Amino acid sequence: MLAHAGGVLCLALVRGVHAARADMERAITEFSGGAPIAAGRVRLDVPELVENGNSVPVVVSVDGPVTPDRFVRRIAVFNEKNPQTHVAVFELGPRAGRVHVSTRMRMAESQAIVAVAELSDGTFWSDRVEVVVTLAACLE
Amino acid sequence: MTDSRWACALRWAATACTALAAAGPTAQAGDPAQTALPAQWQTSVPGADRRSGFDFMQPATQAMQRDDVANPGMLSVADGERLWSLAVGDAGKACADCHGNARHSMRGVAVRLPAWDRRLERPTDLQQRINDCRASRQGAAPWPWEDARLLAVTAFVANQSRGMPITPDTDPRLEASRERGARLYRQRIGQLDFSCGDCHDSNAGRRLGGSVIPQAHPTGYPLYRLEWQALGSLQRRLRGCMTGVRAEPFGYGSTELVELELFLQWRARGMPLETPAVRP
Amino acid sequence: MARAMIKVPERLRRGEAFEIRTLIAHPMETGFRSKEGGGLVPRDIISRFVCRYNGEQVFAATLYPAITANPYIAFHTVATDSGVLEFSWTDDRGSTQTESVRIVVE
Repeated sequence: MLAHAGGVLCLALVRGVHAARADMERAITEFSGGAPIAAGRVRLDVPELVENGNSVPVVVSVDGPVTPDRFVRRIAVFNEKNPQTHVAVFELGPRAGRVHVSTRMRMAESQAIVAVAELSDGTFWSDRVEVVVTLAACLE
Repeated sequence: MTDSRWACALRWAATACTALAAAGPTAQAGDPAQTALPAQWQTSVPGADRRSGFDFMQPATQAMQRDDVANPGMLSVADGERLWSLAVGDAGKACADCHGNARHSMRGVAVRLPAWDRRLERPTDLQQRINDCRASRQGAAPWPWEDARLLAVTAFVANQSRGMPITPDTDPRLEASRERGARLYRQRIGQLDFSCGDCHDSNAGRRLGGSVIPQAHPTGYPLYRLEWQALGSLQRRLRGCMTGVRAEPFGYGSTELVELELFLQWRARGMPLETPAVRP
Repeated sequence: MARAMIKVPERLRRGEAFEIRTLIAHPMETGFRSKEGGGLVPRDIISRFVCRYNGEQVFAATLYPAITANPYIAFHTVATDSGVLEFSWTDDRGSTQTESVRIVVE
């Protein structure tokens, strides 16, 4: 993919919206193994306007009881316009109790964040949030 | 007035002012501490309207500061605690050897700094004092200004005063420095030709770009700034602001920055310390 | 050893889910930043986080450069037996840091 270190920044600058989305779509398809992904079940909580793009709180959750027969296997988070589309992949399982994972991510610019959850029954579900990021007023 | 009565009056003024600020009513008309500075320097935000930068943040960022497990500044405080007991230098001494348990000995220290330094005969802030102790009492090389270890010990010491009101030192020898700090605060600088007050008095609460402009009270330093993704000092922030208005920033540890710190401390008197704060 | 903080609730009741919160000091250098004089600052991130409860993995995360410096990860697990929660953070080079917390389940 983006093998050359020097080329990364150039590519990031000249890359259009469609190329960025294609990257993310490819990563999502790879995660689901090509299985269909429906919107719903998983919820992605990210502030709509972030305080600072360097540290954006992210919560992914799936409501409902977790049982040995019905649980969430994995949740992956993707971004649209950072130099790399992956953010994190969380592995859960039947012992999770409650599916609610929090972390903090970086966002280089305003873009979409997508969460994809894989359930124990093999189905995939997603949620998507559009986030606005502004540059800090006074840069050092 | 004789010197001792003048000193007494100033101490009374500062105490009264601190009490007034802590009680909440506006510290303007008839406030003795205000009359200690010339009229043109009294345009700061009135006492009752003062708000910490905390109040201007989104709930998620506020929660990050409040939660000691989510606040990365607390990682530095924990590092500082370890360094506090580490013997260093030619003297082979740790801070703890002279100062004992910081929870007791350092409580109330950060809220009165910068203050008059009897040994160096000038005002110094907490970081300068820690480095001065390293050099003069531990026989160890002082740390560079934004060194992670210096920030960690500073954060650890300041954290012992968390929740306490900022209480400026009333030593009369500080007055001239504080007045120079006030003058610096009002001085237009840089290619953008802004003074600190232009943003932080006249436009606090409004937005600059996507960011809300705070009142610029040093209530939580050293603090974890999301923009830095690291803990940093008040002087780093002041220099960042100067660069922001396209002015040549004063050097770390310079007299000007300490004087500015002195004025900002006075301006924030009575407000509780939040170290380590989190800010955007 | 990087400074790490782990918070587990004081009272744990069998069968109930509880939240574990973790924070570790690490720059999470993305590998996309330019350095003075040209070139990029090399990537240096924590790429794997695992929590084991009495030896069994109950949560794991693969992390990428988009995760903020000083990574904060909070998740839930069900209280079963008393014992040990073990947390490990592994970086790109394969070095691992492990912290353990003893828990008592009522």
